[in-house]
Amino acid sequence: MDRNIIKEFIAKRVAKELKDGDVVNLGIGLPTMVANYVPEGMNVLFQSENGFIGLGPAPLESNEDPNIVNAGGQCVTVLPGGVFFDSAISFGIIRGGHVDVTVLGALEVDEKGNLANWMIPGKMVPGMGGAMDLVVGAKKVIIAMEHTAKGNHKILKECKLPLTAANEVNLIITEMGVIEVTQNGLFLMEINPNFTIEDVQKATEAELTISESLTKMEI
Amino acid sequence: MDKIITLDQAVDKVKDGMTIMIGGFLGCGNPHRLIDALVEKDVKNLTLICNDSSFPDMGVGKLIVKKCVKKLIASHVGTNPETGRQMNSGEMEVILVPQGTLAEQVRAGGAGLGGFLTPTGVGTVAEEGKQKITIDERVYLLELPLRADIALIAGETVDQFGNVVYHGATRNFNHLMATAADLVIIETEKIVEIGDLDPNSVVTPGIFIDHIVNGGGN
Repeated sequence: MDRNIIKEFIAKRVAKELKDGDVVNLGIGLPTMVANYVPEGMNVLFQSENGFIGLGPAPLESNEDPNIVNAGGQCVTVLPGGVFFDSAISFGIIRGGHVDVTVLGALEVDEKGNLANWMIPGKMVPGMGGAMDLVVGAKKVIIAMEHTAKGNHKILKECKLPLTAANEVNLIITEMGVIEVTQNGLFLMEINPNFTIEDVQKATEAELTISESLTKMEI
Repeated sequence: MDKIITLDQAVDKVKDGMTIMIGGFLGCGNPHRLIDALVEKDVKNLTLICNDSSFPDMGVGKLIVKKCVKKLIASHVGTNPETGRQMNSGEMEVILVPQGTLAEQVRAGGAGLGGFLTPTGVGTVAEEGKQKITIDERVYLLELPLRADIALIAGETVDQFGNVVYHGATRNFNHLMATAADLVIIETEKIVEIGDLDPNSVVTPGIFIDHIVNGGGN
């Protein structure tokens, strides 16, 4: 599958997790695409950690306001009813459990729900930004990512890279399936019919328990 | 009490080796004219507290490129490759702090608090060297307040007393940093008379602002 089609497929499946009225924070990259697939008529409030709720789509170039940007620094719009605030309020919202869902990418995620997505020692040290707060504070943490990186496992028994947070991930959504993180390890809940269970296990270092209610992954 | 000063007078107050806070988020809400003037002055050995190091050609990123900073305390530096280079070569010390912790450290510094407890960073490298405290079976890190010699901030409209109204997402760290430095200088697009701002709309009370630099046209 083409990588863009894979990402679109994952983003569409993540969007199905959102509920009417949810406050949602999307990470940079693939997670940002989720906003494009919120079902018509559903009211989801997107929060931007640089200080607002009511994040809308990118404006036409002629309507860009350099002072209204998302957490990636790109020009966005504010929807009617939106509101700006300072960074202490913003992270009070995040840490205080007022964000229902955060969707983030990962370098590694493991069977205990540990997440590593902010640095590769000696190679890439961009800083954690708001990720550590988001993963600790959001009620539901969804990891949206391609199942492997150039064939290498990303869903591990134990993360090797420095953690973003410990035991906080709830759901992992990839092009191969939907995996729930539980106290008893990883449960495969949905599978993309283009793959077999064996394919998914082979692409996953951690052991997967196949849910008794395993269903077809649909978007 | 006239708080309005020139850009030159403002920059004169920033001395080599000072600890300064600069408001903004990836350049949005940076006091751009004050930063450009600091770069021109070529101030050295600053300890800079800022959310991020922006981009090489934008806002605080220029101070990094000009090598004005010896120590940076920030949450994200990935958009400015020069920060990574100076960090790896040892030219600049970089302390990375989770963004919510950084915001709250500044808030605590301005609010007279001795610190606060956050669950953020437990079980990660962010906990190194910090005291852990358990309350109701949840583990927290004790984080300490931050203060600066000078805060340089930006606001869209300021009255002559220093009351500030912001526009868009520029509020970010600006409002917090206004409370947490010995001297606070705000750059604004527009200065208006006392009484012109609706008290219901003011975000940062003028008591926090020492000096106002008119960066706009009026």
